[in-house]
Amino acid sequence: MADRRLLVVLRQDGPIPLDVRLECQAGDTLVIFGPSGSGKTTVLRAIAGLYAPASAEIRAGGETWTDTARGVFVPPHRRHVGYVFQEYALFPHLTALGNVEAALTDQPRGERRARALACLAQVHLDGKAGRRPHELSGGERQRVALARALARQPAVLLLDEPFSAVDRAVRRRLQDEVADVRATLGVPTILVTHDLDDVVRLASHVLLLDRGRAIALDTIATLMRRPDLPGLVDAAGPGTVFDAVVHRTHADRGVVELAFDGGMLVAAGRAPEGATVRARIPARDVILATSLPDGLSVQNVLAGAIRSVTLPEGQDAATVDVAVGGLTIAAEVTRDAVQSLALAPGRPVYALVKAVSVEVTGAAGGRAPRS
Amino acid sequence: MDWQAFRVSVSLGLWTVALLVPVGMWAGHALAARTFRGKALVEAAVAVPLLLPPTVLGFYLLTLVSPRSPLGALFERVAGTALAFSFPGLVLASVIINLPFVIQPIQRAFEGIPADVRDAAACCGLSPWQRFRRIEVPLAWPGILTAAILTFAHTLGEFGVVLMVGGNLPGDTRTLSIAIYDRMQAFDDRSAGIMAAVLLATAVTTLALTTLLSQRLVRRRG
Repeated sequence: MADRRLLVVLRQDGPIPLDVRLECQAGDTLVIFGPSGSGKTTVLRAIAGLYAPASAEIRAGGETWTDTARGVFVPPHRRHVGYVFQEYALFPHLTALGNVEAALTDQPRGERRARALACLAQVHLDGKAGRRPHELSGGERQRVALARALARQPAVLLLDEPFSAVDRAVRRRLQDEVADVRATLGVPTILVTHDLDDVVRLASHVLLLDRGRAIALDTIATLMRRPDLPGLVDAAGPGTVFDAVVHRTHADRGVVELAFDGGMLVAAGRAPEGATVRARIPARDVILATSLPDGLSVQNVLAGAIRSVTLPEGQDAATVDVAVGGLTIAAEVTRDAVQSLALAPGRPVYALVKAVSVEVTGAAGGRAPRS
Repeated sequence: MDWQAFRVSVSLGLWTVALLVPVGMWAGHALAARTFRGKALVEAAVAVPLLLPPTVLGFYLLTLVSPRSPLGALFERVAGTALAFSFPGLVLASVIINLPFVIQPIQRAFEGIPADVRDAAACCGLSPWQRFRRIEVPLAWPGILTAAILTFAHTLGEFGVVLMVGGNLPGDTRTLSIAIYDRMQAFDDRSAGIMAAVLLATAVTTLALTTLLSQRLVRRRG
C-alpha cells in the first residue's frame, strides 16, 4: 500500500517567514493553532500549491507535490486536496449540486451527478441540492464546501478556520460533520483554527505556530498538559485530554462511566454506551492526596505515581504529572503544596477528580492519541 | 434616411464587437489575474485612445493602414485591395479605438471575483482553461456584456476617426454619423434630424438594455 501520510517541510526568511516541519498520518487530524498572522493559512496554501515558499518539500498520497531542491512543483489542480476555505469560497453562480459537481470533472460525465448527490447526502444537505449559495445559511454553505472537498476524494483534507463564521450551536454540529467526513476519507487532515474548542474536539495532534515558526508539535494529550506553551493553554488553562470508551450510562443519575487506559472514571454527561469520546480534565480541578481520603463527595479517586513536577520560575502554581495506568493526568497545585506534601517524582499519590470536572466533548479526534 | 449608412454602421458595430470581445476577455483576464513587469505601462497604453483627440488617433491609424506601411502592404498583397479607406480598414481602426471600452470593464469584472473562489476552483481540480470557462467567465459575464454593448453603441457614434480612416465612401465606409454630417452640410436638416433621432434611440435602447440585463444577472446570482 502506498505511503498515505503527509509530509511538509517549509523554510523561508521572507516575505512571510516560515520554519515548519510536520508529518500527519492517514486518519490523523493535525490542528495548526496559533494567533492570527502566525502563518497558519500560509502552511495550508503551500500544501495546496496556492503558495510557493522559497524552500519546500511536500509529499502526500505517495506523490511528491513540491520539492524545491529538485525543481518539482505540481500545480494546484493536479494535487488531490480537499480544501475548505474560511469564507466558504463557493461558486456563487452554481447550485449546491453544481458546486460539488465542479470538483468531479475528472470523473466520467454520467457518474458526476449521482456522486455529487451522495456527497451532499453525507453532509445532510441532499434536500437543498438545487439551492444557490445565497439561498443557504452560513452553516449550510459550509457543509456544501465540505461536500465539495469530500467529492474530490482528496489525498489530504485541509480546513481553514471552517467554523469561524457560524454560531456556537451550529459549530458543534459542523464539528460532528467534519469528524464524519474525516472518518470516511481516512486521509491526513490539517485543520487551522484559533479556537480551543476545535482543538479539543477534533485534534489528534497539534502544531503550535508563532510567526511562521513551529514551536511545538505533539499529540494533543501531551501538549495540553504543558503549561509553558503560549496560546493553546492560555485559552483554557492546562489540562488532560484523552479518549475513553463509554462503559455504562446512568441516565437516571446523569453520569457516564468511562473506561480509559488506566481504569474507570465517572463523568457528568450523556453519551451512548460503547462510544469513544474525548474527555478533558482541567489541571486546576485535580486534587492530589498522599493518603486515601474518606468522607468526600469526590467520585473519582485514582491511584497513581508522580511522573514529574514542573515549577516554572517566578510562578506560584506547579504542574504535577501523575501516571494513572497508561494515562498521565496533570494537576495544578500551589508551590506550598509541593513542599508540604513533599511531591516528587516516583511518589505514590491519589488524584481526586469530581465527576462534573470531567468534560466529555463527543467524538474523538482521529486515532486515539498516544499519551 | 440613409439606410445604406445605417447598415454600414450596424455591421461595423457588430464586427467590432465580434473581434474585440474575445481580445478583451483575454487581455482583461490577463491584466486582472497576473502581475508582471510593465503592467502599469500596458494599462496606460490601453487607455490612450480615451484621451487622444480623434484626429491624432486618425492620423496614426491612417499611417498604420496606408499601402506604404508593412501592414497596409501585406493586406494589399493578400486581399488585392487597399486597407486604407476600406471597410476592413475601418473595422481595424474601430477595434483599436475601442480597446479601452472593452478591456477595462472586463478587467474590472474579473478583478471582482474573490481570490478564494479562484483558488477553490483550482483546488477542485479545474485546469486554468476550465476555471476560465466554467467559473470566471460566468461570474464576469455582466461586465463582459456591458463591454460588448458599450462598444457597439460607441462604434455607432464614432465620427472623427471614421472620417479620417474611412473617408466617406457610400455603402462602404459612410456610417450613419458621417451621413448626418453630410446631410447637414447639404442643408438637408430633415434627413439629418431623422438619422440623429435613430442614433439617439439606439443609444438610449442599448443603455437601457445594459442596465436591465446586468440587473437581471445580479438578481439571479445574488
